[in-house]
Amino acid sequence: MLGEMLGTTKDTKVREGKLESKLVSGCGGSALSWTLAEGVIELALHRAPCNELGSASLEELEKFASALESMQAETHALIIYSKLKPGFCAGADLRELYQQSQTMDKAEAVKGVRDFLERIHRVLNLIDAAPLTTIAAVHGVTFGGGFELALACDLIIADKMARFCFPELRLGLIPGFGGIPRLKRDLGNAVVRDLLLTGRSFNATKAQQIGLVSQVVGEGEALRAARAMATQLRKFDRATVATAKKFIKPIPHEELRQEIDIFCELFTRPAVQAGLRKFVESTDAQPYLP
Amino acid sequence: MPTAEQTLDEILNLAAAHFRVPREKLAPDDDFFKTLGLDSLQTLDLLTKLENHFRVELPDYELQGVSDFRTLAGKIQARL
Repeated sequence: MLGEMLGTTKDTKVREGKLESKLVSGCGGSALSWTLAEGVIELALHRAPCNELGSASLEELEKFASALESMQAETHALIIYSKLKPGFCAGADLRELYQQSQTMDKAEAVKGVRDFLERIHRVLNLIDAAPLTTIAAVHGVTFGGGFELALACDLIIADKMARFCFPELRLGLIPGFGGIPRLKRDLGNAVVRDLLLTGRSFNATKAQQIGLVSQVVGEGEALRAARAMATQLRKFDRATVATAKKFIKPIPHEELRQEIDIFCELFTRPAVQAGLRKFVESTDAQPYLP
Repeated sequence: MPTAEQTLDEILNLAAAHFRVPREKLAPDDDFFKTLGLDSLQTLDLLTKLENHFRVELPDYELQGVSDFRTLAGKIQARL
């Protein structure tokens, strides 16, 4: 009875990896995989140690984005979460970035970085604008590119042990996956300055106080809370949700383009290579701080 | 408001419980990185636990270079 009132069903049909004929194929790669059940897509991140976003993850994200376009017409919600204990996502794969930049000349390295950023922007813009409600269920480390992935979602549900941080300045860079324009869109510029210019991390309670996080839940409860929210979202008309979302959540395209340009300009400076090397070689307990 | 000694005691209790170390093995002047064997992710965990427990904000940069429980207690006490 309670299940019926809450809109749950006894026979949940899960289609994992290979979706049924009217849908596209799924992806069960090494970095992420997704399931679709009862109009809710769950995208699980599972690349150890903490879902660092490098070229392999990006390829899988692009496959997911392509599938999302095919699935979204029959989907109410997308939940993105991590299966790994350390956290949601530690951001860009800085080791890969450093190693690749060592093998290329400067012009080639900048071209590679720009290409990577444009590709990940396409994916995040698609998630941002998807005509369904998107929820990031986060815990632990939600840093840099991981924070930016969460910001592309409509709502963030945070485990009380989640931490958010933009540590990019320590590398001589700014966030490159759309973080500043999206945070500016959603919150005041003062919050952006606090996070960016100090490089400090916020806990979930602080993040909720400033309006970044929708709900703070107990340890290990973020995915459960996101699923409960998704159940509620199934009650709403899809077309109305899509119209409302388009109205209230415009994509800041111009600033996103500027962000890529600024990132690429900064990337050519020697301080970046020094910052990347320091990070890669660090044994510091807080390597994300300058 | 708790005294500095009470804050220190609470930190030691919390660290012992969270990292499953016998409380009697932790002393105020211990290097907690060594005693608890903390890596960077566990350090973040400890920071979050402390902020949640004491309901304070502890900017990461204020804790850089802090490695013993007593100094940590002083940083928290200053924000209570």
